[in-house]
Amino acid sequence: MCDQTFLVNVFGSCDKCFKQRALRPVFKKSQQLSYCSTCAEIMATEGLHENETLASLKSEAEKVQKKKAKRHCFVLHQVAERVEALGQFVMKTRRTLKGHGNKVLCMDWCKDKRRIVSSSQVCHEHAVTMPCTWVMACAYAPSGCAIACGGLDNKCSVYPLTFDKNENMAAKKKSVAMHTNYLSACSFTNSDMQILTASGDGTCALWDVESGQLLQSFHGHGADVLCLDLAPSETGNTFVSGGCDKKAMVWDMRSGQCVQAFETHESDINSVRYYPSGDAFASGSDDATCRLYDLRADREVAIYSKESIIFGASSVDFSLSGRLLFAGYNDYTINVWDVLKGSRVSILFGHENRVSTLRVSPDGTAFCSGSWDHTLRVRGMVFCFPVCERREDG
Amino acid sequence: MAAGPAPPPGRLRAQMPHLRKMERVVVSMQDPDQGVKMRSQRLLVTVIPHAVTGSDVVQWLAQKFCVSEEEALHLGAVLVQHGYIYPLRDPRSLMLRPDETPYRFQTPYFWTSTLWPAAELDYAIYLAKKNIRKRGTLVDYEKDCYDRLHKKINHAWDLVLMQAREQLRAAKQRRKGDRLVIACQEQTYWLVNRPPPGAPNVLEQGPGRGSCAASRVLMTKSADFYKREIEYFRKALGRTRVKSSICLEAYLSFCGQRGPHDPLVSGCLPSNPWISDDDAYWVMNAPTVAAPTKLRVERWGFSFRELLEDPVGRAHFMDFLGKEFSGENLSFWEACEELRYGAQAQVPTLVDAVYEQFLAPGAARWVNIDSRTMEQTLEGLHQPHRYVLDDAQLHIYMLMKKDSYPRFLKSDMYKGLLAEAGIPLGTKRRVFPFMWRPRHSSPSPALLPTPVEPTAACGLGGGDGVA
Repeated sequence: MCDQTFLVNVFGSCDKCFKQRALRPVFKKSQQLSYCSTCAEIMATEGLHENETLASLKSEAEKVQKKKAKRHCFVLHQVAERVEALGQFVMKTRRTLKGHGNKVLCMDWCKDKRRIVSSSQVCHEHAVTMPCTWVMACAYAPSGCAIACGGLDNKCSVYPLTFDKNENMAAKKKSVAMHTNYLSACSFTNSDMQILTASGDGTCALWDVESGQLLQSFHGHGADVLCLDLAPSETGNTFVSGGCDKKAMVWDMRSGQCVQAFETHESDINSVRYYPSGDAFASGSDDATCRLYDLRADREVAIYSKESIIFGASSVDFSLSGRLLFAGYNDYTINVWDVLKGSRVSILFGHENRVSTLRVSPDGTAFCSGSWDHTLRVRGMVFCFPVCERREDG
Repeated sequence: MAAGPAPPPGRLRAQMPHLRKMERVVVSMQDPDQGVKMRSQRLLVTVIPHAVTGSDVVQWLAQKFCVSEEEALHLGAVLVQHGYIYPLRDPRSLMLRPDETPYRFQTPYFWTSTLWPAAELDYAIYLAKKNIRKRGTLVDYEKDCYDRLHKKINHAWDLVLMQAREQLRAAKQRRKGDRLVIACQEQTYWLVNRPPPGAPNVLEQGPGRGSCAASRVLMTKSADFYKREIEYFRKALGRTRVKSSICLEAYLSFCGQRGPHDPLVSGCLPSNPWISDDDAYWVMNAPTVAAPTKLRVERWGFSFRELLEDPVGRAHFMDFLGKEFSGENLSFWEACEELRYGAQAQVPTLVDAVYEQFLAPGAARWVNIDSRTMEQTLEGLHQPHRYVLDDAQLHIYMLMKKDSYPRFLKSDMYKGLLAEAGIPLGTKRRVFPFMWRPRHSSPSPALLPTPVEPTAACGLGGGDGVA
């Protein structure tokens, strides 16, 4: 007895020629149609000029792509050889927050450096019951007076925070974003009045909180967008997003155009985070590696991986100086990487299920990790042994 | 388990790259030369070949990957939890013990990636076999599942019982050792795919993911697509890039400069509030504080952005600009920021206000922008949108950055601030762990009408989540 998978052919009338044929799904300007194979072939060759064939265009595209890829470049750890190695870190869990009845999916720090909002099915501290099941994204407003969250309900809702026991928080909620698939990430821009969202429908969008109006949408990912991060730049105009199509794309918020794209990961990108100077960003992926991409050099400059790390990284964040990269993995551990040297500084245990979210506090004194084991742990550095002899982790 | 229709087995492998990697590790562990030492294990009267001890597994992993024993133990435990290695003696609990406990490697037939998703029918047959072989061996949750399946596949129940009996009969004809091994393998497989209540479900995946239709469809690559690709790569080639050696050097200097300011790398004075439960650090570094610390004042010299982002720094800079009679530049910049990040409905009013105050000829606080930018801005004001002042804002920002900011850093005012700022003394670390201070929650920003100077009575924000 063995299993075989068969391709199911859909028969029906083609959307173009209306003949009864075996149909294939085809996308035209983000709209799905069903074409028969002849019409699909015709569509593929539309727009060709004389002396052009699909094959010639394809080879030209590949040639230009190769030219772009072939540039002799250094990698970060080569340049960083002369930097003094970090010592041995001892990080201890200082707070364990248990209050969720379910997996913690996402968390964010408040600008006051002490409060956090986290989501699963119930939001922390101000208990808000959401009508949907999984709340996959949450964010604190810069003023600390509101939170935004969303998930499988395809929406992002903003809740003003109140301590009045009589007030029902859910009553004051404002539905801001509407997507056609689940919401995977959300973030306030510099103020309480704009929200940037990423969704499983492959797009990101910028919304005005007050009116719920869509200000800008960003198309370009070929699959679900899983994460985003705003750039800490002076002009404050770009953000990066990562998705299931293994691409990380940098967008211009004003025009909605993709400015740069990076495609070196081998699997879904779960998390992206900017380097504190804004000139680079790190990404964590299901292929068990974290990578650093430089925006000015337009390429990947470092890979953080180890043979013994098999599970995907679900969440990454930098310390304040950008020297340390914290990454939470699906094998319940957190690895701390030396960004410059590319080596692992330490591995932290403690969680009993996969680490789903990890953020360093705004003033860099501690970092918090949330996990599917229903807890959040806040860890700080207790002390650091100066380096005399490094045994392993080269 | 998984929401939505189950994807075909090949898809799981592609979606979960860690399964493939685990399989590779397990295969290399079974290598006759380089793998873990195999031995024959005696269980009561039977001898089972190709068994390994827990401690050998841990040692091998520690050596192969050059990691600590703790990490090797963790990795081994993960392999056991996913059913790639199973315990011979106590097959109920999938745990790795780093001692003489015997383990064996799961046969590839039962690997998660081969036989997924587990079929309900197979589970029913398995439970029926257990039930028939010896009444009362089914544990509580298994009994519940059995009853539920009985109701669900009632129509095919005869088939289930018949299959179960067949398999038991075939098993009787095998040697005792083989029978034991196959039973263990099957039990491990079902422990992974149908975990008992309380045990973590390792095969559980997050919701959604891959439900976007675009990911499953092979794009028919049209001429349009290739043309766009060519254009994109040509633009990328033509884009001004910085030499990577320069970029990489920039990281070294950035990290070197910020290292002493990073609490997680260099610690912080007087003490890290999370470690010592003393929030003096937060009080001293509050957003608006009369006497900023030395490190903080130093940071204002790192970049213009750092100065502006710090409310105290910005206030001092505003004072400095006031002395130079160019304070309107900063105010203009702030007003533009408010426009950019403000509510959509407020855009027209804000634009008008900015025009009246800063741009109109003869305005009270007229900003000095070059004529071309001014012309373009005034043109754009006819159709106000939130980015209409971007060019003017950038011009003023650059002016401040290139001109006023360097002078500020060289000024007596800044030098004075730097000299006045103090370095807090480090507090002694507590030796006795049971002498902890009670923690108080800090007031939430949502409660405060305006940013408030924190008082000494402000306790530590613990936010213990027990609601």
